[in-house]
Amino acid sequence: MTTDSMTSRAQDAKPIGYWQKMVNDWSADKEAFQLSWGKLMMWIFLLSDTFIFSIFLISYMNVRMSTTDEWPLASEVFALHVGSANIPLLLIAIMTFILITSSGTMAMAVNAAYSRNKKLTFWLMVTTALLGASFVGMQAFEWTKLIVEEGVRPWGNPMGAAQFGSSFFMITGFHGMHVTGGVIYLAIVATKVRLGHYDQKGFQIVEITGLYWHFVDLVWVFIFAFFYLW
Amino acid sequence: MTHIAIADQEPHLHHPKTFIGKYIWSQDHKVIAIQYASTAIFVGLVALLLSVLMRLQLGYPETFEFINPNVYLQYVTMHGMIMVIYLLTALLLGGFGNYLIPLMVGTRDMVFPYLNMLSYWFYLLSVIILMASFFVPGGPTGAGWTLYPPQAITEGTPGAGVGIIMMLASLAVFIVAFTMGGLNYVTTILQARTRGMTLMRMPLSIWGIFIATVLGLFAFPALLVSAIMMLFDTVVGTSFFMPAILSLGEPLQHEGGSPILFQHLFWFFGHPEVYIVALPAFGMVSDVLSVHARKNIFGYRMMVWAIVIIGGLSFVVWAHHMYVSGMNPYFGFFFATTTLIIAVPTAIKVYNWVLTLWRGDIHLTVPMLFAIGFIFTFTHGGLSGLFLGNVVVDLPLSDTFFVVAHFHMVMGVSPIMVLFAAIYHWFPLISGKQLHTGLGKLHFWGTFLGTYAIYLPMHYLGFLGVPRRYYALGEASFIPESAHALNEDITIAAIIVALFQIVFIINVIWTLRSGPKSERNPWGAASLEWQTPDVPPKHGNWGDELPVVHRWAYDYSVPGVEEDFIPQNVPDSEVPGHPEHPEFKPKDSREED
Repeated sequence: MTTDSMTSRAQDAKPIGYWQKMVNDWSADKEAFQLSWGKLMMWIFLLSDTFIFSIFLISYMNVRMSTTDEWPLASEVFALHVGSANIPLLLIAIMTFILITSSGTMAMAVNAAYSRNKKLTFWLMVTTALLGASFVGMQAFEWTKLIVEEGVRPWGNPMGAAQFGSSFFMITGFHGMHVTGGVIYLAIVATKVRLGHYDQKGFQIVEITGLYWHFVDLVWVFIFAFFYLW
Repeated sequence: MTHIAIADQEPHLHHPKTFIGKYIWSQDHKVIAIQYASTAIFVGLVALLLSVLMRLQLGYPETFEFINPNVYLQYVTMHGMIMVIYLLTALLLGGFGNYLIPLMVGTRDMVFPYLNMLSYWFYLLSVIILMASFFVPGGPTGAGWTLYPPQAITEGTPGAGVGIIMMLASLAVFIVAFTMGGLNYVTTILQARTRGMTLMRMPLSIWGIFIATVLGLFAFPALLVSAIMMLFDTVVGTSFFMPAILSLGEPLQHEGGSPILFQHLFWFFGHPEVYIVALPAFGMVSDVLSVHARKNIFGYRMMVWAIVIIGGLSFVVWAHHMYVSGMNPYFGFFFATTTLIIAVPTAIKVYNWVLTLWRGDIHLTVPMLFAIGFIFTFTHGGLSGLFLGNVVVDLPLSDTFFVVAHFHMVMGVSPIMVLFAAIYHWFPLISGKQLHTGLGKLHFWGTFLGTYAIYLPMHYLGFLGVPRRYYALGEASFIPESAHALNEDITIAAIIVALFQIVFIINVIWTLRSGPKSERNPWGAASLEWQTPDVPPKHGNWGDELPVVHRWAYDYSVPGVEEDFIPQNVPDSEVPGHPEHPEFKPKDSREED
């Protein structure tokens, strides 16, 4: 094909719509998404994990509706005794704040990684991991308080429906494991960044770690809303 | 955007040196596939043995002393669970998925070989846990493969102590294994196709495996969550699925749980699971039919969209397994409607298979026989599905042998037929040797006719109202004498079919040991997996350079072209008889010569 005919063809071509562009992209021989393999895999994993958490939450709503006993009042169960007053949801508000803050430091770490500032990336990721670890620590505190002081057990509690404790320990526990896993993941990647493992490959791994971390935070927002505020 | 081929990343390809690195802790998708397949076939044989034991009990009650009601229920449960998950899912996706995806889309391996290796070892772990449950006190669980609570975890059900815990743990490990493999399959298909391999040029096998894997990634979470919740119920004593209940006259600790919730969760996984098994089978059978009929698959685009639509619909039909669970009747109406709608794309596929055969140059090779056999068994099982999909017809047929016959035809025998077709078809590629045709035909006719001898009478038993999962029928007035005789006949047929599988095993062993070397591409297949520089393909699959794809996978008997098939990696200019070929002469001028 000559250059002339190519240019005339390009001029003849009508502007194509978004939908058609998407169809063309998908039916081309290139990669279906403009993402690296690792990043796409993380997205698909998170989609699958979304199903896990959704099903946990839907099951929780279902048992909450089907149980025959009274559901305990979240604002009383999760109140923190400060001085002489009971402040509802104080601890959980702090925990949520910490986790959302860690999302912020994570985003800053991604930014630092792409500007190839290894030292800053390292410290921001370590900060994120420490915030995550303190979240888990406060969760441990919360569990201890519920178990020891208020007598909540997975199989029953003095305040009402047994499913309250069951769902609470199962769902927050599963989320806590995700956070713990994320802290370890962050620590490993941060160390490798520091040691220069990604100098050749590029620093996208930081963003992939960030995807996971933001996901864990986002899930927490839903758990917070459905468990503590409902 | 530029195309990133794996070839550009050569240094990352793992090159093992030692025997252990090559064949045991291997990261090569082909070795992993064979590991998956052999493990799956091994547990499949265990499940086959269990089904024979079940049939012995049903055909000759009160004859075998070692089969008591508890043991019988354990056979039923383990047979079902192994066949559906540890054999079919693992063999179709872990085995054929692993082997075919990189070869058919033209990459050197899966995108993350290490994860792929882990996937197999987790699968093996899940199988070991499952098998170990045969040897724990109380034996494996006997709750039925659906594991419905409360009976699955209450005293009195066999294996209600340790057995059910091991089953749930094994399932959880299997799901981890599947997720690692599945992420690999999806990412490889979406991102690592070779030049020219557009999505709409992929063989239907890949489409089937792709959509099935996506279904798995979204459906297995429901099973994982319900397994975790049931583990809590049985180990910790929570009441997610357990209502207040009396057991042996004593009230249990549980209160306020919802058994129906488990059924919803289980079938939200369980129904897509049917299609996780069926879609790869649909895909592979399309390829086998097309190759052996020397004709392109009829309605390729329609076939692809049918797979996608079936996959989507499979998530909104689950409660048709629960018509007798006491749901709101309006639910039944909704789920009956979606269930019948799913028959439309499925029927499209069956029409297209038949139309692929129509006026084709049919070679009745062993894979082709199995593929045609599949069309029969699948149509058959699909038609009985129309009965069960309707609420009013389902109610009297629920929990009878009609249901057993239906799902064995549609998701037992049919995928197995495709698996055999696939094994006979791809065996020369995998091993470089061709399975013996005579033994293969013997195996086919024994299996095909035998399964009809087993399952056709079961429909009749179902109409009589003979219930399934009963240890012995006893003397109920609604069960005529003929039903007992029929049960005996079914047992004999089942034993014969089981024995015919020995023919297959002998065939495989004999061929591997002393079979003749096969041709490079004995069936004359056009798809990419047969075009590797070496057959069987070596580590890295493609030698120095990745193939470039110029056409779809179904260029058989193209008019005017001299060869009866054009491989996917041959450009038009190299096809003798094609207008783009340098030595092409139009038809008129050729006559003048």
